[in-house]
Amino acid sequence: MSYTQPHSRVSVLSNSSTTSSAEGGHFSPAASTTRFSIPSTPGLPTRASGGVRPNIYDRNLTKTRIPEVSGAAFTFLFSEIVQYTQKRVSGINDLERRLNTLGYRIGTRVLELMVWRAENQSKAPKREIRFLPALMSIHTQVWRAVFGKPADAIEKSVENADEYMIIDNDPLIERYISVPKDMSQLSCSSFTAGIVEAVLDGLGFPARVTAHNTPTAQLPSRTTILIKLEKSVLEREEVLK
Amino acid sequence: MSKQYKGIGEDLWKSRPEKVNAELFALTYGALVVQLIQDYEDYTEVNKQLDKMGYNIGTRLIEDFLAKSGIGRCADFREVGEVVAKVGFKSFLNITPTVNHAVPPPPPSPGQRPASTGPMQASAGSSFSLIFDENPLAEFVELPEEALEGGLWFSNVLCGVIRGALEMVQMQVTAEFVSDVLRGDETTEIRVKMIKYLDEEVPPADD
Repeated sequence: MSYTQPHSRVSVLSNSSTTSSAEGGHFSPAASTTRFSIPSTPGLPTRASGGVRPNIYDRNLTKTRIPEVSGAAFTFLFSEIVQYTQKRVSGINDLERRLNTLGYRIGTRVLELMVWRAENQSKAPKREIRFLPALMSIHTQVWRAVFGKPADAIEKSVENADEYMIIDNDPLIERYISVPKDMSQLSCSSFTAGIVEAVLDGLGFPARVTAHNTPTAQLPSRTTILIKLEKSVLEREEVLK
Repeated sequence: MSKQYKGIGEDLWKSRPEKVNAELFALTYGALVVQLIQDYEDYTEVNKQLDKMGYNIGTRLIEDFLAKSGIGRCADFREVGEVVAKVGFKSFLNITPTVNHAVPPPPPSPGQRPASTGPMQASAGSSFSLIFDENPLAEFVELPEEALEGGLWFSNVLCGVIRGALEMVQMQVTAEFVSDVLRGDETTEIRVKMIKYLDEEVPPADD
């Protein structure tokens, strides 16, 4: 890419080269390495074509008006996303990285929603500061919030102290995906890995998260989400012990 | 007649074995739109790309629709509108947009998308409007000024889906957003216009 761009995960809508100079100076790429989404212009979300635009803070925090859509609708959408992404990459690693980036944008928002909802519902909402409880809550709460059911297992790597795994026996997003033989390395759950990475980042456990196909005879689409924690996290865990 | 379609749509929705959290759906779509904006850096292109992706979805979705609904050929375009809204949208997105068969006033109000003023003068029965009280794609969305000024139609994928799906059943249509509450408009409305019935043939590739 020839143009300077903020971190690719940042959901800034205003990084196009057509932005005015005032806009350009507003957020230098260096300033927007933060991974939160930043409104492109300060000011109130009104005006535009005259009328008052909806304000997302007015919506009900816990209730979504339409709680569910068909699995088919999601599958069609995700299929288009994978196809679109595939056209713009050179190789499986690149494709997985971009799917991870898309998932990351979802993860930041899922975490934010979960935190606000917990705050709203529980008298003493608690923030996880140790890794294992945080991992448990991803396995259970995040999975339930996103996929409607908890993940199937958590494992710890025997060889590497900094590696943990979340196992999903039948990932929702891969249910209708059959990966061609020559791309057998590809795991579209890289998207889910991105969600996990964002949540871990947001909770203060920076890690690199990847997805791997780990099928068994009974569970052909079993997938492992591999979490490789940054050294700082392990060091802090040591101190907190 | 429309009552009957409402029932079919509701039954189809209830019989769906798999349902997905609408928040995941909305956030996934949002992540895609952000990606397109980063990739194309031009909102007109983003609109086009969303429409194109929708078209691809529509050409595949129609099969699922026909197989599950068992609905046959519609007698006229008015009926098409009823089926799209009450069976199509209901069974896939769990929403039922209101169908308006009235002919819209010809001159579009300023600030809105200029309607394509082709030789086709819209007459009753050759077009309909879908008015959305709810839009699962836009669940957490607030558009920044720049996207508004750039003319982004956030949910443009829906237009492509309608166009693609109807083309597979031999109807060439145009489908465009004419207003969107995300832009501060009072309603969210897609206008679908009939162009012509197609002869049975292999559809041209979109790419």
